[in-house]
Formats: sequence, structure tokens, C-alpha cells
Amino acid sequence: MSAGTLDQTARDAVASACAQVDDAAPADAVDGVAPALVARPSSPDQVAEVLRAAAAHRLTVVPRGRGTKMTWGLPPASADLVLDLAGLDRVLDHAAGDLIVAAQAGARLRDVQDAVAGARQRLAIDETVPGASIGGTLATNVSGPRRMLVGTARDLLIGITVVRADGVRAKAGGRVVKNVAGYDLGKLLIGSYGTLAVITEALFRLHPLEDARRWVTVEVDDAGRAHEAASAVVHAQAVPTAVEVDWPAGSGGTRGTVSVLLEGRPQGVETRARTVASLLGSGAQGSEEEPAGWAAYPWGEGDVGLKLTFVLSGLGDVLGAARESGVHVRGSAGTGVLYGSVPGDDADAVGSALGRLREVCGRHQGHVVVVDGPAEVKRSVDVWGTVPGQGLMQRVKDQFDPEHRLAPGRFVGGI
Amino acid sequence: MATTELHERSTDHGALAAVERRARELLSREGVISDHQRLRTYECDGLAHYRVTPALVVIPEDAEQLAGVVEACAHNRVPFVARGSGTGLSGGALPHAEGVLVVTSRMRAIREVRPQDQRAVVEPGVINLDVTRAAAPHGYYYAPDPSSQQICSIGGNLAENSGGAHCLKYGFTSNHVLGAELVTPQGEIVEIGGAAPDTPGYDLLGAVVGSEGTLGVVTSATVRLVRLPEEVRTLLVGFETTDHAGAATSAIIAAGILPAAIEMMDALAIEAAEAAVHCNYPAGAGAVLVIELDGAAAEVAAEFDEVERLCRDNGSFEQRVATDPTDRALIWKGRKSAFAAVGRISPDYIVQDGVIPRTALPEVLKAIAELSESSGVRVANVFHAGDGNLHPLVLFDDSVEGAGEAAEKVSGAILDLCIGHGGSITGEHGVGVDKAKYMPRMYDEDDLDTMQLVRCAFDPDNVSNPGKIFPTPRLCGEVPGRHKGVHPLQDAGLAEVF
Ligand SMILES: Cc1cc2nc3c(=O)[nH]c(=O)nc-3n(C[C@H](O)[C@H](O)[C@H](O)COP(=O)(O)OP(=O)(O)OC[C@H]3O[C@@H](n4cnc5c(N)ncnc54)[C@H](O)[C@@H]3O)c2cc1C
Repeated sequence: MSAGTLDQTARDAVASACAQVDDAAPADAVDGVAPALVARPSSPDQVAEVLRAAAAHRLTVVPRGRGTKMTWGLPPASADLVLDLAGLDRVLDHAAGDLIVAAQAGARLRDVQDAVAGARQRLAIDETVPGASIGGTLATNVSGPRRMLVGTARDLLIGITVVRADGVRAKAGGRVVKNVAGYDLGKLLIGSYGTLAVITEALFRLHPLEDARRWVTVEVDDAGRAHEAASAVVHAQAVPTAVEVDWPAGSGGTRGTVSVLLEGRPQGVETRARTVASLLGSGAQGSEEEPAGWAAYPWGEGDVGLKLTFVLSGLGDVLGAARESGVHVRGSAGTGVLYGSVPGDDADAVGSALGRLREVCGRHQGHVVVVDGPAEVKRSVDVWGTVPGQGLMQRVKDQFDPEHRLAPGRFVGGI
Repeated sequence: MATTELHERSTDHGALAAVERRARELLSREGVISDHQRLRTYECDGLAHYRVTPALVVIPEDAEQLAGVVEACAHNRVPFVARGSGTGLSGGALPHAEGVLVVTSRMRAIREVRPQDQRAVVEPGVINLDVTRAAAPHGYYYAPDPSSQQICSIGGNLAENSGGAHCLKYGFTSNHVLGAELVTPQGEIVEIGGAAPDTPGYDLLGAVVGSEGTLGVVTSATVRLVRLPEEVRTLLVGFETTDHAGAATSAIIAAGILPAAIEMMDALAIEAAEAAVHCNYPAGAGAVLVIELDGAAAEVAAEFDEVERLCRDNGSFEQRVATDPTDRALIWKGRKSAFAAVGRISPDYIVQDGVIPRTALPEVLKAIAELSESSGVRVANVFHAGDGNLHPLVLFDDSVEGAGEAAEKVSGAILDLCIGHGGSITGEHGVGVDKAKYMPRMYDEDDLDTMQLVRCAFDPDNVSNPGKIFPTPRLCGEVPGRHKGVHPLQDAGLAEVF
């Protein structure tokens, strides 16, 4: 269905479910797919109403937070309705003594940080895409350098409220960090790209803001050296917050960097920075300023963005293969998660770089996923690759969204 | 307390006989137990007042054997229950009277220890502490450390999402497992997750960890190994009251310090530990805190001074520091033996497991004291103070008429306190059979229904550990809104996209 074919009764049903429903504008297109309507609910109740109306009329629905990552994943097979959650923008509750915060899905990650910073706390998820919402951050499982010490969304989310495709509201988890009552639905929702249910509210554990921080960076010119430098720090006992590598494409001799972030008490950081500098080798430099490109993806407009994962011993091989394939990679050398950028104007070149990197990352037990890029390039390559457990994933999808109306086709295996 | 016999044994012996035949084809002689006397040794887990003799016990040696038995169960609609070491405290491994108990005690190989990748691959029957033992020579360890770590299995840890004293800083099992091989309730062997981070697709592993054996049987796990800290310092601090100890805990957290552990014991728990293991805790303490700091030496030193000061500021009257492993072990001995130690001061006891927001600690402890006072039932408090996970030990004497019931009542009322303060009915011991009835107090019908969608995806026939977690099973056929015939997208000419 497209804008023209959505019948009037369906339109009316959605319009009566929610105060603000508009015909979609060109800018509302989801990765090139034009929706008919945009609903902007202002409460979780309205989200449920809209989804009930959509269910009654079998409309396909693509949830949207702040719209910063609508080109991630595959273009949806259909999008009758964009469900815009920007109106659910409240930071609901910050219990500083308990180190937890609750926020609505449309709240920006930045708003949450601002709300908790006064108590010298933070939600330990890096803002890798400026302006991103909480819901979108969860749905795409975004992480940055800090993941090395504190993990990712799955390690920080303690409670979640969702609305199902059939309009039923449900919650899981709660307000306490330790809780094993019932299934952990939050983990299933993280990284589900809007295909399982619509997130309306999330609860997180927080971390204290550290008093002092220091980056220690070394320049290196070959992949083996970069691997050695990163490994020396990873296997030492300096407890870095992050170990990052930035590895530009280019011919041999092009320099890259390995950067280590240390946080803690001033004296502690001082001593640890000296240790790390000597582990990184000659030329390592300390700085109070974050290195260029910190917590930012390497790709820009028109590029294809990749996510590469591998076990730690594969770092050198992956860096080597990336450079040979003309892919600029940057990311968490300390955990085995890098992001790559290839120009998006040559689909064949993208395909062959992807093939090469899949082979190398696969050898090191990881995967390569096309995160972002021009829709036509994404249609010509295997965006998600082969993923274990796809049959079970399909069955989970069939239970949560039996009619396949939520963000259909954006996810792994056509889900 | 009365022994509760669940699931009256009944009917379909044909189906069970078929499963037994298949098991005998697949497994060696010692791997199949059907003798009633021997079956009875498996009748309960760590929560011994629930007892059910299983119809059959199988002890496979590998995933293929295990999958074969599960497949036969699925085919014949015979329920099965996985069991690791049987130390669970919520009746999760309680057998099914007409079903098969699948025991992992012969799947104990540590397949890989790869410090360079910070990973180990282990079979489900491997004992928790053995993973650390295997990793330690390389300078690594496995972080989740339940007090039962010398006996409990990794498979059981996964199923319960077990924690331990150090999960305040290091997290629970779910934070340390990256991949698993799962035998689905249909008997397929499926890989979920992987050794590298962030496997694409739904986080199936996130759903399986903590699912208490209701989504299949884990036959191998890829776990994270953590670098041993450069420095560990353990502090034993005596306070006059639990209020003082609670205030010190809050002050430490408020100062932005994240210790590896902050554990609290009250006077009664200290008395029990003293009687059992002579841990020599500060005399006359109304509460002790065990605080452990670990990490880079320079950082630990700075934090340590501050922790000492904060304890003093909040009324501590004695502080002891342990920096070497022997002294540390002695401090921990009192805490880690606390459950069993209570046996020294009471013939019977219930180990409760509830969670509250940490700031509610003083209020909840006061309410527990009042409950104890008004009912005459003694309660010893041991808990992970840092994260608000309470383990009240409710003491009683089963030979006294009505004492068991009175203790049950107090124990249940403590859970209500937790729920009332926005907490949880279980922080680490699981729901199992014991707390299924409390689930509707924490979650409404739609919440439970939604959780069970996951169950329906994995186990539509409800054969994998049925009767656990959920008070009422969802009928998986009844998917609301499911329609037959042409898919709407097919209708719209978009079906080729799928
Ligand atoms: C003295 C004592 C102290 C304890 N301290 C702690 C503590 O500090 N923290 C804590 O979290 N727990 C603690 N426990 C509880 C218990 O030890 C844990 O829950 C442990 O993880 C259970 O492991 P197990 O091998 O004994 O599992 P079992 O009791 O055999 O089984 C537990 C559950 O796991 C399922 N299961 C077992 N193996 C598998 C498998 N391979 N695949 C799928 N499902 C499986 C079972 O069906 C059951 O539902 C303690 C218990 C005791 C007795």
C-alpha cells in the first residue's frame, strides 16, 4: 500500500486514535519508502490506540524516535503509517540514590544525560548519533567506546514498557538493578529495529561520573603494531574505560591511532595513564581532550556504514583486511567491535569489500552487517549476512507480530 | 512444613515407555535410570520441601544424546526438566512426575580457555568455580560468583541468571555469557549468540538466560573471562545498628564509588556465622558490612581511604582490612556460609530472596523487624546491600505445630514489602515453582501474556520445564488477530520481499 491507496476508513480510524495525525510529507519517507500517514501520539495510551487502529485495518507501521537512523537496516517492505514517538519526550524519574532513571522512548539520550548530570551521574551509553532518542538507541542497539568497561544497552536496561502490534501494553523488568522475575523482554527488544513491539518507556541503571579523565594515544602505521598496542592494554590491569582504534583506508604507511580512555580519581588516573603510555610504546601522548572522531561513526552522507565484530585475537587481521579493501574502520579494539566506511557510489566495490571482511571476521567468529547506506546499495548486497538461530527469530517475530506489520522487512532474514 | 507433592502421577505410560526406549538406544546403561529407589535421589533441588519423583532420569554425555532424548520427549509430548547440580532455591529443577529429568552431570568438559580472546567454552555441567580455576593460571577469572560456586553448574547459572556478591560491580550471568548451544524443546540443536559481541538478530540468548529451563536445554556456553584485578582490598566494618550500616552504604554509593561488593549481615546472622565458622566478626556488632574494592592499585588506594572515612562518619566502631588472600577468605567465610550457618541457631529456615531499591533499605528493615516482632518469628538478615538484594532467613522449628505456616506467612509478607517498594520478588534465586504464585503481584495479565509469547515461540507444546515461572500457561495456538489465507503484504504485491 502507498499513500494513495490507504482507504478513508483506515485514515479515520488512525485519526480518531490520536490527536495529531497528518498526511506524510516527503521527509517522512522511510529509507525511500513513502508512508501515507504520520501519527504523533503524546502518551503511551495514544500509542496503544494507534496500534489498535492499525491492527484493525491491517496497516504496516514503522516506529520512529527522533528520525536519526531511519536509513539503518533494510528499507521496509511497506510503511502505511509512521508512528512518531517524539511526543513521548519526558524524563520521568531520576532516583539519584538508587542510580536509576526512567524515560519515555522519544526523550533524547542527551536530555537524559542532562537530567542526571546534576547528581554527577550518567547513562553509560555514548551518543554516537547526535540527537538520538532513547527508543531508537535501544531499537538499534547503539554503543560507543565506553562499552568496554560498562557494556552495552543490554547491560544497562533494567525495565521496559512496550505496546505490541495488537495494541496491548506490557512491561518487563522493573525499577531495581537485580531482578530475575520472568523473561527479560528488554533484551529481546534491544536491537530489534522496531520489528517486535513499540518501546514507550525504559528504565536504566546509571553510573557515577568520574572525577578525572585522560586519553592516551599512540600513532601506528601497520596493523600488527596496532594489534600489539591494543592487546598490551587490554590484557593489562589498568582497567581502561575504552580502547579504541582509528584506522583510515589508504596504502601501507598511512598512520592510524590506538587511543585509551582512563577515568577515575585524579591520582589513580595519573598513575594508570603512565602505565598505559608505557604499554602503548614510544610516542604515546596523554591528553585531556578527546581524540578526533571519538564516539563517532566513520561514515558520512552517501557512504555505506558497516559494523564488524570479531574475537580479540582477530584485530590485526581485520585491520589489515579493512585497509586492503579500502575501508576506513574505527571503534572498540578492546571488545572487537569496529565500524567501517566505504564510499556508496560503487555497489560492486561495496559488495567485494563486504565479502572480504565477512570472510575475515567470520574466521574470527564474528559478523559484518551493513548498518547504513543508500537504499539502492543496500538492496544489492546482503545487508545482514547469515545469522545463527534465524529460525527461532522468525518464530519469535510470528508470536509478537503474526501479521508482520511492524517495520516489515527491515531486519535479519526479511523479518 | 508439609512436603508438597505436586502433579499427581497419572496416565500415559506408553509415551514415557517410548521415550525410555529411545533413551536406552542413545545412551549408555548408566545414563538411563528408571529404578524407583534411584529415581528418588533426584526428587528435589535445593528447595527441599517440594518433592516429586521423576518418571525417568537421563544423564547424557553429549549434546546429540541430549537432543535425541528431548526430541523423543517432544514427539511423545512427555515433559522434561533440565537439572544441573540441583542447588537451585526456587524449585526450578523440581522434576515432573510423568516426565524426564535431564541431568547434565556427565557433560563437564571445559572445551576451550582462550585468554587472548577473553573467552571460555564450557559444557553445562561444569562447576562454576572450575571455570575460574581453569582461567586463573592465565590471569583471568569468571566473574559471576554465587555463594554456591563450588557446586553449582554453569547450565544452572545460565538458567537462573545467577548473581553473587560481586555482581554489584561486575553484573550477573547474563552480562558474562555471549553464546550458547541450545537444544530446543523440539530437540533441534541451535547456536545462539556467539563468541564475538553483538551477534546480529534478536538477542535470543538474552531471553534464554534467566528462563529457568523453560526454553530448552543449554548444552554449551561461551562465557567472558575477566582480567584478575591488580589489587583487592576487603574491609570488615562493625556498626551498632543496621541503620548505621545502611547509611554508610548509601554514603559510599553517593560518593561515586562502585565497590566490587557491599554485603551486610545483622546481629542474628552474625551470631549464626560465628557459631558455624568462627569468623571472628566484631563483637557486639548490630550489623557488619563486608566491603570489597578491586581494580587498578592506584585507584583502589584512593577509594579505600574514602570508604574508611565514610564508614567512620556513619558510626562504625571497628574496621579490619584484609589485603592478602587468606585474610580475605576469612572475612568472606562468615558471609558465604551464612545460609547454612543459620542451621546452627534454628532447626529449620526459609531462605527468602527479594529486592528493593537500595534507598528503601532502612524502611524495609524496620518493617521486617516489626513483622518479626508481631509474629514471634525470628528473621536473620543477610544481603547484598549495594544492590538492595535481601536474603532474609526466616527461622522456625518444624516440630512445633503451625510454626512452618507462620514462617511462610512472614516470608510472603517480606515479598509484599519488596513489591510495595517497587522491587522484585527475586533477585537471583528465580521464580521456579515456589514463586509462580507471586508473579501476578509484580506483573499484570498482559505482561505475563507477553512474556509467554516468547515461551510459545520456543516451546509451543509446553514440554520444557512446564509449571515453572508462570502461574497459568498461555495456550500458544490462540494468537489474537492471527488470520488465515493471503498475507496482507502478498495482497499488496510486496510478498516477494520476504
Ligand atoms: C548454599 C547456597 C548458596 C547459594 N548462593 C547463591 C548466590 O549467591 N547467588 C545465586 O544467584 N544463587 C545462589 N544459590 C542458588 C543456586 O546455587 C543457583 O541458582 C545455581 O545457579 C543453580 O545451579 P544448579 O546447577 O544447581 O542448577 P539446578 O538447581 O540443577 O537447576 C536450576 C534451574 O536451571 C535449569 N537448568 C539446569 N541446567 C540447565 C541447562 N543446561 N539448560 C537449561 N536449564 C537448565 C533447571 O531446570 C532449573 O530450572 C545458592 C544455593 C545454595 C544452596
